[in-house]
Amino acid sequence: MELELRGITKRFGSLVANDHIDLRVAPGEIRGLLGENGAGKTTLMNVLYGLVQPDEGEILVDGRPVTIHSPRDAIKNRIGMVHQHFMLVPVFTVAENVALGMEPTRRLSVPGLRRAAGFPTDLLDRGRARRQVRELSERYGLQVNADAMVEDLPVGVQQRVEIIKALLRDASVLILDEPTAVLTPSETEDLFRVMRELRAGGRSIVFISHKLKEMQAIADEVTVIRRGQVVGERPPTTSDAELATLMVGRPVVLRVHKEPAQPGDVVLSVKDLTVSGEVIATDGGGGRNAVDGVSLDVRAGEILGIAGVQGNGQTELCEAIMGLRPATGMVRLDATDITHATPRDRLRAGVAYIPEDRHEDGIVADFSVADNLVLDTYDRPPIARGIAMDLPAIRKNAGNLVSEFDVRTSSIDTPVGTLSGGNQQKVILAREVGRQVRLLLASQPTRGLDVGSIEFVHRRIVEERDQGTAVVIVSSELDEIYALSDRIAVMYEGKITGFRTPDVSVTELGLLMAGAHISGPDGQDGVPEGPADAGPDDAGGDGAQE
Amino acid sequence: MTSDPGNQPAGSEQGPIDTVTRSATATSGPPLRDRFRGSGRAVISAITQGSPTVVTILAIFSALVLGALVIAFSDTTVLHAWNSFFAAPGAAISATWDSVAAAYSALFEGAIFNPHTISAAFHGGSVGAIFYPLSQTSAQATPLILTGLAVALAFRAGLFNIGAASQWIGGAIVATYLGFAVSLPLVIHAIVCLIGGFAGGAVIGWLVGALKARTGAHEVIVTIMLNYIMYQVLNLVLGTPTALQLRGQANLISPNIDPNAQLPHVGGPPPQVGVGFLVALAAAAATWWLLERSTVGFEFRTVGANPSAARTAGMSVPRTWVLAMLLAGGLAGLSGAVAIQGTFYSLNFQSFGNYGFSGITVALLGRARPLGVVLAALLFGALQAGSTVMEAATSVPVDITEVLEGLIVLFVAAPPLIRAVYRLRRTEGAGLGGAAKGWNG
Repeated sequence: MELELRGITKRFGSLVANDHIDLRVAPGEIRGLLGENGAGKTTLMNVLYGLVQPDEGEILVDGRPVTIHSPRDAIKNRIGMVHQHFMLVPVFTVAENVALGMEPTRRLSVPGLRRAAGFPTDLLDRGRARRQVRELSERYGLQVNADAMVEDLPVGVQQRVEIIKALLRDASVLILDEPTAVLTPSETEDLFRVMRELRAGGRSIVFISHKLKEMQAIADEVTVIRRGQVVGERPPTTSDAELATLMVGRPVVLRVHKEPAQPGDVVLSVKDLTVSGEVIATDGGGGRNAVDGVSLDVRAGEILGIAGVQGNGQTELCEAIMGLRPATGMVRLDATDITHATPRDRLRAGVAYIPEDRHEDGIVADFSVADNLVLDTYDRPPIARGIAMDLPAIRKNAGNLVSEFDVRTSSIDTPVGTLSGGNQQKVILAREVGRQVRLLLASQPTRGLDVGSIEFVHRRIVEERDQGTAVVIVSSELDEIYALSDRIAVMYEGKITGFRTPDVSVTELGLLMAGAHISGPDGQDGVPEGPADAGPDDAGGDGAQE
Repeated sequence: MTSDPGNQPAGSEQGPIDTVTRSATATSGPPLRDRFRGSGRAVISAITQGSPTVVTILAIFSALVLGALVIAFSDTTVLHAWNSFFAAPGAAISATWDSVAAAYSALFEGAIFNPHTISAAFHGGSVGAIFYPLSQTSAQATPLILTGLAVALAFRAGLFNIGAASQWIGGAIVATYLGFAVSLPLVIHAIVCLIGGFAGGAVIGWLVGALKARTGAHEVIVTIMLNYIMYQVLNLVLGTPTALQLRGQANLISPNIDPNAQLPHVGGPPPQVGVGFLVALAAAAATWWLLERSTVGFEFRTVGANPSAARTAGMSVPRTWVLAMLLAGGLAGLSGAVAIQGTFYSLNFQSFGNYGFSGITVALLGRARPLGVVLAALLFGALQAGSTVMEAATSVPVDITEVLEGLIVLFVAAPPLIRAVYRLRRTEGAGLGGAAKGWNG
């Protein structure tokens, strides 16, 4: 079956998630869909699976337009999907899960019973469901036991149960949404083997990922999406650098006016910082460390940009620096050892923190703008006297910050959850840098923001730098890294693969982001957990600072 | 000039010592966030944001209507009248009306005021008698206000305190013991007992908070288990002569507390207002101030609304849990002290009553806000005060108030039902709609 998407456009408010996307999937083809988080891959596939209705465009199956308003329609058109989060009932067996929603039944042969009961009296045909699972499992080498309880199965096998579900519904095109995100390297290998079997059986697969290596390993043709648009189609033999460039975009779309940095003394010094990896074992890393012996220095009045594909330990690095995550190694602020300090002590010592997950960690959605603006200064003068909070002081503080940071809100009593993402971020920024700070640590400071807010946030960050604050920016947007950084560090698999000046080429950064400077296995073979002190030796040395 | 990590000398005192594990200090690692997710937050937000006052009033009204049906159709006279409905339909309807009207007016007279006392006052009767029902209502409401506050305070910090009963026992035991075992001057003795009661409850509450903070044990499980444990502890101390049991008694009952420790009634001729009621109102005011105007309350509310943001902002979530449970336990313990010192004067299973569990419903009805708790407790107190009068006057059993209480909570907990019945339009994201959205989070 041949599948074609023509001019698919989907807008969420002012955000254009998909902008006239064309995509063709030939029979027996594995089509890679490459793009960063938020590029619009998942939205596109949700359109295809009927979970989201497109604003424009059409879907053609074998050249004939079809309408897909629900997953049911998609299944009818022989399109199957395996979601990032599995839709399985943990306490059911594999066969029961597979049967769910299309239960094979046997008619109970008692004449007149159905009419008398007033509802269908068919019996669930467990035997048939089990036979079907066994049959498919054998045909495609899926190695799934039909009678196993789903909760007892490893993630990789659960994923294959999802694949069986789709196959049983006779899917001819299978959409795998970031299937490797939850797999260990060896499970990924198994998945690729299954995918090849399926392709050999004539089925097509749309494989979604942001990992270059996987695209090169399994796709027949790679479609690259950036900011909702198709920016290119490439064969899998295309180089890392070219794919990375396509995926993250060329730099300098957004230039921030800034003077050359005037670096002063070292403010933040991180040495051998290691965060154990169990918490991100889902990220294909097995037991490796989330942050693996990272060392870096940041000086007053300079911006260090930490680049890297998402999920390479940047989040954990920031949280470890803030004391929100257990870590080994050493963190110093202005030569004071804060390795063992609580998050509160670090904030007090002059660290401003803009967390990556703004909604979860940065604001209290139900609280007013005014309350959110004192979330980490609520117990100190002038906001509090003793344990009494000074309401007029809170209002005055809010009034000042709202006007200084141009927060668009109807009043300072409005719940912050009702503001736009950009204004929520301004509230966080205002709170964090509205006081005297030595270090600003900002993780994905402009993710999901509109252009106006991005500009504002960037300008304020540069202003902070000019006032002598040391700034660390973590971003997976290369544009942002280039626009802000005075120095760039690249993270890959928990390590820093290199320090560069901002005049480094995109190609070189792309290579560093793909782990090019790390020798040895690329993660597919299951990297054994390295000793914590291996980090700086691998990572350092190639810094280019004059 | 700027150092490269690789070239940095491994100098000064760091070195191999660098790799000191911080896990000891970081009691709350990443799994913390997972613990916060899920239904709890949505339920808390549904309760505190809650339904508009209109819905609450309609819920009470609906409960009274349904309660009326229960009253009418458990009355044999009414049932007989309905048996001959086709012969005399008017009689059936009027019998129903009479039955309900008699019950509810007796309830009202027992809880708010009795018109007869006014006319009696004009003819030489007691003026104080007019206020007797209100005095009864306030007395019944007093322990409920305090246990309601105990549940509400914990709610606001994101904790489900199902253990007001166990904390009540903790407070009552300490207050009773101090009440009869020590001898102190007037006023001081009563205050010492109140403080002791607060402390007794606070210890039980602290235990819950500490277990949650240290081990992650869910407070619902712990408080429910502690309810059983404290019930048995009460059993034990009341049965042990060297502890609380009244000498020479086989029954489970403590001695009466010293008159100096008893809370007096004040305000003109009897009946008067119990000092315990004033203590409860003061506690409600203090709880309001703590929650809405103090840094401690700001922490409670932040942790309750978004624990990960609280943690990121430098608050200690486990410490907040411990403190919130400690104060909540203290309030429930105070309820125990006030009940013993102001009403019963002796601890036994009758005085234990049902305050702990009613506190949960009071807090629900009061939307976990101090003023709401006071109003809800007064409503429940009125139902209880009125029900005894009602039973005496109409033979409708006092248990009907429990039916009413249950119905009120049912309707308050289900705003969509009330909206559907009264065809109200939805206002903003209040009620369970908001909660339903949160289940996915």
